[in-house]
Amino acid sequence: MNDEGRVRKATGFRLFWITLWARAYPRIVGTTREKSWIFFDTLLPVMGTTAYIFLYRALNAPPDYVGFVVVGGAMTAFWINVLWSMASQLYWDKDAGNLELYVLSPGPLMAILAGMSVGGLVMTGARAAAILTVCSLLFNVTYQINSLPMLVLVFVITMAALYGMGMVLASIFLATGREAWHLSNLLQEPIYLASGFYFPIKAMGFWVATAASILPLTLGLDAIRQLLFAAGPSLGFLSVKAELAILSVLAVVFIAGAYVSLYKMEEIGRRQGRLIERRR
Amino acid sequence: MLEGQIEQPFDVGSIEMAQQKGSELVMQPSLSIQTQNVGRIYKLHGPKKKDDAKEVIALKNVNLEVHHGELFGLLGPNGAGKTTLIKVLATLLLPTSGTASVTGYDVVKDVKQIRRAISMVSGGETSGYGLLTVEENLWMFARFYGLDTDTARRRIEMMLDVVGLTDRQRSKISDLSTGLRQKMNFVRGFISDPNVVFLDEPTLGLDVGAAREVRGFVKDWMREHPDRTILLTTHYMAEADELCDRVAIIDQGQVLACDTPENLKKRLRHEPIFTLKVGPLGPKPSHDGRIEAVPGVRQVRVDDVDGHVTLNLTLAAEDALSNVLAHISGRGSKLISLEKNEPTLEDVFVDMVGRSLTVDTSQHGGGQDE
Repeated sequence: MNDEGRVRKATGFRLFWITLWARAYPRIVGTTREKSWIFFDTLLPVMGTTAYIFLYRALNAPPDYVGFVVVGGAMTAFWINVLWSMASQLYWDKDAGNLELYVLSPGPLMAILAGMSVGGLVMTGARAAAILTVCSLLFNVTYQINSLPMLVLVFVITMAALYGMGMVLASIFLATGREAWHLSNLLQEPIYLASGFYFPIKAMGFWVATAASILPLTLGLDAIRQLLFAAGPSLGFLSVKAELAILSVLAVVFIAGAYVSLYKMEEIGRRQGRLIERRR
Repeated sequence: MLEGQIEQPFDVGSIEMAQQKGSELVMQPSLSIQTQNVGRIYKLHGPKKKDDAKEVIALKNVNLEVHHGELFGLLGPNGAGKTTLIKVLATLLLPTSGTASVTGYDVVKDVKQIRRAISMVSGGETSGYGLLTVEENLWMFARFYGLDTDTARRRIEMMLDVVGLTDRQRSKISDLSTGLRQKMNFVRGFISDPNVVFLDEPTLGLDVGAAREVRGFVKDWMREHPDRTILLTTHYMAEADELCDRVAIIDQGQVLACDTPENLKKRLRHEPIFTLKVGPLGPKPSHDGRIEAVPGVRQVRVDDVDGHVTLNLTLAAEDALSNVLAHISGRGSKLISLEKNEPTLEDVFVDMVGRSLTVDTSQHGGGQDE
């Protein structure tokens, strides 16, 4: 067991970077190891989406509404991932004993959360792409992309803001000490409504839509629909540029908020002993 | 510091001998771990919000000095405060009073420096992710310590070989038995080449064979890394006796004694200890007629086992044994066997606190965590 001298270790940004990818790894390989996601995370959301599609068809809504619902259904996967695999994750990691090992290691906690986000994004991206492909083929959805670079930019900024929010929620869930799944259940359905997953958010009126814009998915989804469908701009809440600007602010605020809340959580945890307590 | 540079979290020669001012800790360069009057109080809330928080004293004025190269044991019953002390030293918990340092750094202020130098393995640990293999889990944790992939893989292979887990390298950890999983946890704890390792009840729940292998691993590591430090908590006296250079006996948050196992046992050596196996002792006598009241008997532990009685006796002098034998005979019992014992750490503990190590004292204080 002779180590032949001390082991070389990275510090600073290099440590942040390798910690991030190390934590992302379980989620990325999980996509290929746990095949059950194909049923639970693809076919079940497709069924939910299909119900709304038939509803719009029964009401003779414009054809682009079908596309709206399909995109909303695909984006739902990201919200579910943020809620159940980001916001609740530190809480579950505490119960498994991983949290204290994360805190104990020199790898920054922020890098651990960022790694969870990147891993979750890759994993969920595959699920969202599967939902989008299956539904588009089944219901013959027609896309009319206005600007591909803008579409990519909106998606990236939306994800940054959304996963930033997930990182903030992770600390809040841990700090509240309540059962994580209760909080997740509490948030899941209201946000389906407020984000306009299955209808244009403009339909809720200016003030409600404005209030709902604190959720990154609300504006992100609205902007993506405007960029993907011919009828999108006429049903959009704000202009794409305005929505992109607000999303950028949200991304910065949430990521900075995640940093602050994470270190506050650690400080409170060390003071009150919450980092080491376990549910029994 | 970029990857490629060797990190030395603790340079013995570079530590300045600070002068003690108020509660400032005076760190001695030969010390790996030092605590001065460390206390920790938990506030426990009742089921209702309006209930007042109850304070539980987990640690009280703990003073310890652990040297580089020492395998130091904290011996005490469940709930004594051992785990709380480890969590304070591992920067997971703040002390409510006193000061502590690890590798020369303050546990409150110098968290980053300490975390680069330490590692921790707990008994019954279920950390890691079940869908990853043993190798992948270890790689992940090695990366959190800044090891590059080549170094991590080389060390994983080497250490899995040491603990005999090479053939399970590509098994999912959800498929491992408790013993195999604990071996993997050991590899995780040592993979980062730490200066100080905290082992919290490392053999808890392991069968005899697995526990022996784990202890062998610890001994080998210390022999091959004579400049490193291990702080081990256990409530298994034999484990502390076998492994530790020095032992602190801790109970209800307080350190009662600290010395080598040999010196601790010497405290009792002038008092002969005997184990007597006798037949049933007849009806329970009055207070004055009990064996504790026999002249020369300092302490006695009575266990009823399979129709006979085992008496563990600490006597003031060997000639008191005849009094005991007369007492047994007077109660209508017969001597089956008699054995003179060397004192154990358990005997030291019983002598100090008046009860066995197996008694859980968590209701009195100490471990919400053990």
